[in-house]
Amino acid sequence: MCGAPKQGGSLAGIDLSTQTVIQGAVWHDGAPVAGAYVRLLDSTDEFTAEVVTSPEGEFRFFAAPGAWKVRSLAAVGKGERVLDAEVGLNETTIVID
Amino acid sequence: MSRNDVLVTADWVQENLGTPGIVFVEVDEDTSAYDGGHIEGAVKLDWKQDLQDPLRRDYLDKTAFEALLSAKGIGNDDTVVLYGGNNNWFAAYAYWYFKIYGHRDVKLMDGGRKKWELDGRPLSKDTVDRPATQYQASEPDLSIRAFRDEVVAAIGSKNLVDVRSPDEFSGKILAPAHLPQEQSQRAGHVPTAINIPWSKAANEDGTFKSDEQLAALYGEQGFDDSLETIAYCRIGERSSHTWFVLSELLGKKNVKNYDGSWVEYGSLVGVPIEK
Repeated sequence: MCGAPKQGGSLAGIDLSTQTVIQGAVWHDGAPVAGAYVRLLDSTDEFTAEVVTSPEGEFRFFAAPGAWKVRSLAAVGKGERVLDAEVGLNETTIVID
Repeated sequence: MSRNDVLVTADWVQENLGTPGIVFVEVDEDTSAYDGGHIEGAVKLDWKQDLQDPLRRDYLDKTAFEALLSAKGIGNDDTVVLYGGNNNWFAAYAYWYFKIYGHRDVKLMDGGRKKWELDGRPLSKDTVDRPATQYQASEPDLSIRAFRDEVVAAIGSKNLVDVRSPDEFSGKILAPAHLPQEQSQRAGHVPTAINIPWSKAANEDGTFKSDEQLAALYGEQGFDDSLETIAYCRIGERSSHTWFVLSELLGKKNVKNYDGSWVEYGSLVGVPIEK
């Protein structure tokens, strides 16, 4: 279904030999940001998905190999990271200044 | 029909909390958001548990819809204001659904839950109980719902608007990227469909773009006003968002939502697919 599942937690049951997982956490002022909106943008900056971070500030996407941007929108501000993902686990941290 | 008839702002909602005759309804697939805090007085509709037939792949029949709304304390004369997470995808689906069953006055809260949260507006954890009603639904209005045979027949003759992300349209991925990518459907899109992602109609805070911006968007992407239109996505909720834009905000005629969408089309034997 299309609703975003709970973020964070174990990777058990996820086949990292086929899935391209992009995951990480949103931080601000030395602490994780819960309830931040994180969106995944493709190489043309078009929206692909959006999730809300867990109490630990975590997010996770299932993408495909290639260039992606993750952008966070929260009450405390915005931040973004660009990354080149490969099949398997790709981890990144978004810092909101 | 204009924007003011179908869309209310978060400010308007906050000013109208507790007003008799207005029912706020949060619609989500994952209702843990509602349980963690909702707009004061809002009732909850669970997209999967409440709005889908438990056995067949379909929405509720008329009798079940009447029972649901009666139990939720929603009356025929109430103004229903819908909002939810996921940029109002499921709230837009519920809006389309309330229209199918003829509810007279239904609106969306612009920006949904995201805008409300980003504004730092108050959320309540109080249990909401409304007295039951005797809701009477109309017969389903199928002029706004498309079925698979109509979609196949529309190839090359109607506006087919695929509102999924470009990577889903091209077949690079099969589902929105917050979901695992193992699905049984074939990847791609309906031939002659134009790809106008739902997200182009929304600002980053989840609110809809202005009427002028929206009119320009569809014009630029090859939408032909002289043709009938079918919008689709993967399971019919993002395409409800676009159906709302085309039919309710822009006032275009003969727009249908194909709620079977790619999960159905991409599983059909023998139909044409483009990648």
